[in-house]
Amino acid sequence: MSTPKTILTVDDSRTMRDMLLMTLVDAGYDVVQAEDGEDGLVKLGDRRPDAIITDINMPKLDGFGFIEAVRADPANRSLPILVLTTESEMDRKERARMAGATGWIVKPFNPTKLLDALRRVGA
Amino acid sequence: MADTQTIDTRELISFRVADQEYCVDIMSVREIRGWTPATSLPASPAYVRGVINLRGTVLPVVDLAERLGLPTSVPSERHVIVVVWIDGQLVGLLVDAVCDILAVTQDMLQPTPDIAAQDVQAFVEALIHVEERMIGLINLDHVLPASQSQAA
Amino acid sequence: MTRDSRYPTLSADAMASIRAVFFEECEENLSALETGLLALQEGAEDWEIINTVFRAVHSIKGGASIFSLDALIDFAHLFESALSQVRARELALDGGIIKTLLKAADALTDLVRAARVGQEVDPAVVAPLIDELANLVAVVAEDDDGFGDLAFTPVPVTLDSLEGPGSSTGLTLHFRPAAELYAKANDPVLLLQELERLGAMEVTLDRSALPMLGDLQADESYLAWTIVHSVGDADAVREVFEFVQGDCQLEIIGETKPLLPQAEIAPAAATPVEAPVASNSQAAANPGQTIRVDLERVDRMIDLVSELVINQSILIQRMAAEPLSNRAEVNAVLEDLDKLTREIQDSVMAIRAQPVKAVFQRMSRLVREVEAMTGKSVQLVTEGDATEVDRTVIERLSDPLTHMIRNAIDHGIESKEQRLAVGKLAQGTVRIAASHRGGRIVIEVSDDGAGINRERVRAIAVERGVITADANPSSEEIDNLIFAAGFSTSEAVTDLSGRGVGMDVVRSSVQALGGRISVTSVEGRGSTFTLSLPLTLAVMDGMLVSVGGHSLVAPLTTLIESFQVNAADVRRLGPSSAILTIRGAPVPLLDLASVMGFASDQTESGRRVALLVEDDAGGRAALLVDEILGQQQVVIKSLEANYRNVPGVAAATILGDGRVALILDVSGILALQRRTFATPGPQTQAA
Repeated sequence: MSTPKTILTVDDSRTMRDMLLMTLVDAGYDVVQAEDGEDGLVKLGDRRPDAIITDINMPKLDGFGFIEAVRADPANRSLPILVLTTESEMDRKERARMAGATGWIVKPFNPTKLLDALRRVGA
Repeated sequence: MADTQTIDTRELISFRVADQEYCVDIMSVREIRGWTPATSLPASPAYVRGVINLRGTVLPVVDLAERLGLPTSVPSERHVIVVVWIDGQLVGLLVDAVCDILAVTQDMLQPTPDIAAQDVQAFVEALIHVEERMIGLINLDHVLPASQSQAA
Repeated sequence: MTRDSRYPTLSADAMASIRAVFFEECEENLSALETGLLALQEGAEDWEIINTVFRAVHSIKGGASIFSLDALIDFAHLFESALSQVRARELALDGGIIKTLLKAADALTDLVRAARVGQEVDPAVVAPLIDELANLVAVVAEDDDGFGDLAFTPVPVTLDSLEGPGSSTGLTLHFRPAAELYAKANDPVLLLQELERLGAMEVTLDRSALPMLGDLQADESYLAWTIVHSVGDADAVREVFEFVQGDCQLEIIGETKPLLPQAEIAPAAATPVEAPVASNSQAAANPGQTIRVDLERVDRMIDLVSELVINQSILIQRMAAEPLSNRAEVNAVLEDLDKLTREIQDSVMAIRAQPVKAVFQRMSRLVREVEAMTGKSVQLVTEGDATEVDRTVIERLSDPLTHMIRNAIDHGIESKEQRLAVGKLAQGTVRIAASHRGGRIVIEVSDDGAGINRERVRAIAVERGVITADANPSSEEIDNLIFAAGFSTSEAVTDLSGRGVGMDVVRSSVQALGGRISVTSVEGRGSTFTLSLPLTLAVMDGMLVSVGGHSLVAPLTTLIESFQVNAADVRRLGPSSAILTIRGAPVPLLDLASVMGFASDQTESGRRVALLVEDDAGGRAALLVDEILGQQQVVIKSLEANYRNVPGVAAATILGDGRVALILDVSGILALQRRTFATPGPQTQAA
């Protein structure tokens, strides 16, 4: 039995964190949760995930800042990062990409698409 | 005791009230304890003896004999309090003594005949014949005073 | 409950649980939203506040989408757009706009609360606000040509003819990743694997750009691929590459549809700078760490600690009756135990204590609504938001406060014209202040309105028979008449203060909490209501008395004094009543044993000890008891929860000896007795 892959979820909304948690655990992933960008960096230091799913709008350190900080470390070059965006802010998706995001998932997320996206980035 | 348990077998616990025997569904019974003096409640019906301390909970006690219109005796250590759930609340039923645990099936329950007084009919929802005894099955929903407006 | 078809892997229970979390979070977000908007209204210029406000609405919208709460989603979306423009500095904030945003916050609150219980908000109520918000958003949109900062760079397209490589139904792809593709953890291998899922394909590697090993740089891109794919669906293929479109060159040949230039979208040149501002000023101070705890667990713990206190009392009592050789030592240990227990009790109560801020916050919305309804202009000032009180009290504060504030605005504060005419500012002020005083919490609600119109109050009191025409009450006594039952100075039953919601209702609900309420007023200047409440409804200080063999507890707040009864001072009135004259005023003398229905061997005349008690209406009585046992703190056990409401009894408690003692409801007892009186008691003669 291979060890499950770990996903780090970064979102300031508890509702969203719970949704992601349940969907991912159901699909066999281990999940580490963070509530904002700062917390995300801390959790990243604790345990290296196989992929990161992050929101954009968060207090303390938002999605852009978080992604930039993650990419700033060359060791994270091949760590896939997916951003959660809403339909109405697709331009933010572009900015996230510029900051170093690997791909995106649209909120409210479709579990199938979420798992597809993870597969597509190798997690 | 029945050897085989079927789905519609209920277990009932029976007790003596004055000279008669009554029972309740064992699922409603939380515990059985000895008698302790109750603190009276003002403006309450005569069958509500008062409240006692049940490990930190305030438990109202209903004198079942009084409630059924039977001759009552002064409560003492010889009495027993059957603590039951009624509609989400715990209530103590003051009885003379606990008798037996019975397993009954639906067909052993017979409707209370019209001959009984109106009050009694309300409380006793069925009669059970076991050996030579006649045991009344108590409908707990009607034991307490109906509503606040009736309490005073 | 069936599974949500959009989230098939989540059970109905899981969805229900997340839904509960969502609504909990909504309350937090709504609170942050209001706090933030109010701060902006005060003139705060911290940009972080705007971010917080935006995120609050954004978050609510996000969650609402999961649960398909359409009305909520639509409104939140519009609200979010407006806030997004504020955040992008496209929409400047001014007083009018903030007011609109505050109203939007109120509407959002209503929509959330309605959605929570599956009800709907009347669209007609929300519609004007939607228009207002839409106008705000439209104003900005007009300035924007809609293209934002996108720039198009055309990419040359080679139109290979239909004779190109591959079957006529398949596609040929030329794929060359840029270095950035790898830097974002994208991997051509994974992309190729995805392509393979679509159908059979042939892949050819193009290594022409690969340099010698010595010149190889690890973060550069040198490889390209040509893929001959059997599937002709170009859209599906593009979807595979959607994440990497900006970081590679991709040519799709052999599409049966006319080819469109693949626009490489240049990054937006100058988006307004929104660097994440590490701000020190957070809306709510957050000292130290916090954890979330299930309220049930805290309640359970408080119950257990309360029982511990009782148990420890029992222990001390039993020990006192034991013959002991080392009594001094034992007593010392018991004293320590007592101290420890009380400390635990205090700490545990502190856990459940909450600042009154939550209740006060609700009042600011109320003020806005009442302002709108009455056309008056009122500002709300709060003090002592951080004052803490047990949860049991907080929940019951809301109603009395609401009534008092409505009353203050409806009756106290004058209209703008009236105020200006007497030299006041057009805007009235309602002030609510909370503080701890003498082991209780004191809340003052004051207004700078016209004060109590004593003439009118007196007239109505006479009209309603509350006082006789020739009575001559003092100013204070007149002020307190407004608490009389059924008293209302409005001729018309207004929407706000009508339906019997007068000060008498406020007084009863305060009394039910074990509190007192009083009023002072200066004509022309305003009125101040003072509310005094116990810090918790869980414990109470009482005077333990013995009556007819039972123990009863009289709340200390009702006790004026205890005294010996002189038979000579007792006067009979009618067949069964007695009056005692205390310092010149007649007070009914009640035999508590018979009032409570306790059988007793002592006759009334045998009793000589009485308590002089007063309820919050000022009604007094002397209660005859057998013996006064002493003052004691007792843990309150609700009789209503365990049994039902019993007149004359406020609650129950369990004494040190394990027996249940009833806690007296003095007003209830006086009411019980009044029924046997032929004439109304002397209610307003408060000495």
